Amino acid sequence: MLLYALRRLIYLIPVAFGVSLLVFALVHLAPGDAISAIVPPDAPQELIDKLKEYYGFDKPLPVQYFRWLGVTLTGDFGTSIGTGRPVADEVGSAFGNTIILAISATFCAFTLAIILGTAAAYAKTRIVDRLVTSIALVGVSVPHFWLAIVLVIIFSVELGMLPPMGLGPENATGWRLDWPHVQHMILPTIALSVIPLGVMTRTVRSTVKEVLSSEFVTALQAKGMRDGAILRHVMKNAAPTCLAVMGLQAGNLIGGSILIETVFSWPGTGFLLNSAIFRRDLPILQGTTLVLAGFFMLLNLTVDVIQTMVDPRIKRG
Amino acid sequence: MAIQSPSIDLGSGVAINAVAATASRGYWQSVRRRLRRDPVTLVCAGILLLIVLGAIFAPFLNLADPYKTSMIRRLYPLGSPNFPLGTDELGRDMFSRLIYGGRLSLFMGVTPVVCALLIGGTLGITAGFLGGWVNMLIMRVMDVFYAFPSVLLAISLSGAMGAGASNTLLALTLVFIPPVCRVSESVTTQVRGFDFVDAAKASGAGSFTIVRVHVLGNVLGPILVYATSLISVAIILAAGLSFLGLGVKPPEPEWGLMLNTLRQAIYVNPVLAALPGVMIFITSIFFNLMSDGLRAAMDVKA
Amino acid sequence: MDALLPHKDRCGPAQPLLLAENLRKYFPVPGGLFGRATRVVRAVDDLSLSVAKGETLGIVGESGCGKSTVARLLIRLLKPDRGHMVLDGDPVDEPHGLTLNQLRRQVQMVFQDSYASLNPRLTIGETLAFSPKAHGLPAAEARERVRDLLSKVGLDPESYYTRYPHELSGGQRQRVNIARALALRPRLVILDEAVSALDKSVEAQVLNMLVDLKTELELTYVFISHDLNVVQYLSDRVLVMYLGKIVEIGAVEAIYGNPQHPYTRALLSARPSMDPRKRTKEAPIQGDPPNPIDPPSGCRFRTRCPFAEDVCARVEPPLADIGTQAVSCHMRVAGSGHSRAATP
Repeated sequence: MLLYALRRLIYLIPVAFGVSLLVFALVHLAPGDAISAIVPPDAPQELIDKLKEYYGFDKPLPVQYFRWLGVTLTGDFGTSIGTGRPVADEVGSAFGNTIILAISATFCAFTLAIILGTAAAYAKTRIVDRLVTSIALVGVSVPHFWLAIVLVIIFSVELGMLPPMGLGPENATGWRLDWPHVQHMILPTIALSVIPLGVMTRTVRSTVKEVLSSEFVTALQAKGMRDGAILRHVMKNAAPTCLAVMGLQAGNLIGGSILIETVFSWPGTGFLLNSAIFRRDLPILQGTTLVLAGFFMLLNLTVDVIQTMVDPRIKRG
Repeated sequence: MAIQSPSIDLGSGVAINAVAATASRGYWQSVRRRLRRDPVTLVCAGILLLIVLGAIFAPFLNLADPYKTSMIRRLYPLGSPNFPLGTDELGRDMFSRLIYGGRLSLFMGVTPVVCALLIGGTLGITAGFLGGWVNMLIMRVMDVFYAFPSVLLAISLSGAMGAGASNTLLALTLVFIPPVCRVSESVTTQVRGFDFVDAAKASGAGSFTIVRVHVLGNVLGPILVYATSLISVAIILAAGLSFLGLGVKPPEPEWGLMLNTLRQAIYVNPVLAALPGVMIFITSIFFNLMSDGLRAAMDVKA
Repeated sequence: MDALLPHKDRCGPAQPLLLAENLRKYFPVPGGLFGRATRVVRAVDDLSLSVAKGETLGIVGESGCGKSTVARLLIRLLKPDRGHMVLDGDPVDEPHGLTLNQLRRQVQMVFQDSYASLNPRLTIGETLAFSPKAHGLPAAEARERVRDLLSKVGLDPESYYTRYPHELSGGQRQRVNIARALALRPRLVILDEAVSALDKSVEAQVLNMLVDLKTELELTYVFISHDLNVVQYLSDRVLVMYLGKIVEIGAVEAIYGNPQHPYTRALLSARPSMDPRKRTKEAPIQGDPPNPIDPPSGCRFRTRCPFAEDVCARVEPPLADIGTQAVSCHMRVAGSGHSRAATP
């Protein structure tokens, strides 16, 4: 088991190398260079050259890459061209806010998906199954940033029940667990959880249905086991597949939050990324992308290892 | 020991007569027949066709000019005379813009999937059929792209390359190549394991012929079904990029961009502001339903 | 000129049709920290055999003993790690020898799973025409050949040409598979458990057809099966395999009438008997075969052999010719050190 985890970790190294290369390349995909974005068009060539030297843009690409990689590995992501603050600080605080939102949305989506999916798989009548599959279909088809706007229109503009934007009350500095803050989370959480809700409901439904139709369940029923006890067996067998999809969805949810954070002006990584793009603040763009991709990789690794732990059929020694 | 048996196979003789009556059906024929009996899928395909035709033939539908602005008639509500769906923040006809919007929105959603299908499919089938180090190389490169959540990859790429329709297309194609490649690789690996591929190899045919005759016919179905399920994601993602201002530039009518520019109107005319999203939603839900129907029709355990 | 005529005999009847020497195939087992293969499955281990022209060589053994690997090595669907093959005097896959393509013109194979070995998307006619076309036969001639093949295997060309595999019964599909193997007019056909999945009555029909086809088309068979009765019915010579090695090989009468290796005896006595007086009380061999990843030292059968002694663990028994057959057991080698062996 430990060996497997270790092997996966080693396997991650070349992938991580590729990821860093891609993130580095992001800057050089940009039209023009990063300097021209921050200096006035009539800036003297001397100043531009100085800035280029300061940011290291005057060296050949491979040199720039390894310098960047070396510095990044020590946790120094450079300084924001827009604000002049260290990228690590900016991304760090934004990442915390993103995670708070992601956890609450993941929790809502997965709990509801497990309940709905299991109910649909067990449903004796077609109506329940139809209803749940329809919900799932809407979940995977709805543009979540549009849903966010619709939620704002209904609950903030029309009903005036919930705040339309921000992390908390105006003078708030950071996130705290109290009603004024939680209030601000409700709409983004809903908007963010629809896609994973749809995908997971489908997965849970089909997996549970498949387990239910397997012969061992028939054997348990024939043996006279009570339904509750059988459900435990069913869940145990459905868990590995569902877990795998959950991991992927949790990661994609963080990607999806970029749009939602923009709609709700939630000061997370997505909001940061979006504003960095429009300020052409490439170090921030790079740093945010790298942090999110790194997080996604570790998440996948964790899910993979947990999956082998709960699934006795997979022996990866 | 001796095995005695009648020299004529009676069983197959009976079968010959039974089968001669009904014409033999190929795989695609039976898929078509199943599709014809699936009303939900047919209706979805019909509505999609309507949206697509509307988008294609928009210039011939005698619609109001989707670019014509008017400072006087801004944000007319739905049902206004001459403007059945009202007007937008610059006084342009919403109905016309929504129909015209389909052109870019559908194009931006479908094109990346088609490109990814060609590139990712070729890569995946190559990796799956050849196996070994070729597979290793191709799939490891895909793993790098897989290390990014798809939305993040799309936004970072088009964010770095800058706004514009062609950059969005490029970014989305890059986003969809890895999943198509993975699915293609896995079905090809599966098909390659079947004895009929070994039998074809044993017949001395070249790899290219084997792939063309024996592999493609068996993997194309699942890959196509998977690709159609991506269209809905691609449409939402493309609209999302435009919504962020990374896609199509104004004043082009495009559903995501319209949603963005109409956001300021949510306090004035909320229903109007939500309309472009309804179009995205409808298109994506019907693409999903059609893809589900296609999957059901193609899932044959003969 | 039809490029796909049957091959002429080159070296006369004394030259074996196929000679395989020291074939070895080890499959790596992934493991270890870096996913490197640190261990191997010894599927086929230094196995030599020859197939005479016009004979049927039966290969028997428990599942997992490497029978199918041998089949795939002989037709080169798998590349052996070591060893040579000679087809009617021509070395295979060596400089100046036959290419794999030329080998496959003359050696063909019928697979066990009649369904998995037919492409579900192609009609029977398309499947059968595939290999002649791949070898450059024009479409019209290929079509003619397919009709001929179908009637040879007892299927009506008119109604089967355009049908799909799923519309056929197991027996019919296996007939198609046999027809496909014959499409290039090969000299040697390897039948890998070709009738094992069929119902007993259908199996009998297909076996009889195989016998007829062999005479009609002057074929040579390598017939692989776990069914001892079927092998006895069809074979001229029999090869018994255990864990990737030959334990005994000889004429069918000798192997079945006077088996020399304890494993062959155990296999034969494990056959169900129709005679109630011949009921066996104890299982002739206990347990499963050992793991081929780490086969026992010396004689591979010793862990399940009732006569195993020290020498069996120390020394690997050679395949010794004892007249009617060759056997690889210390008990049959004079002076081997086994207490039951004759003293020299």
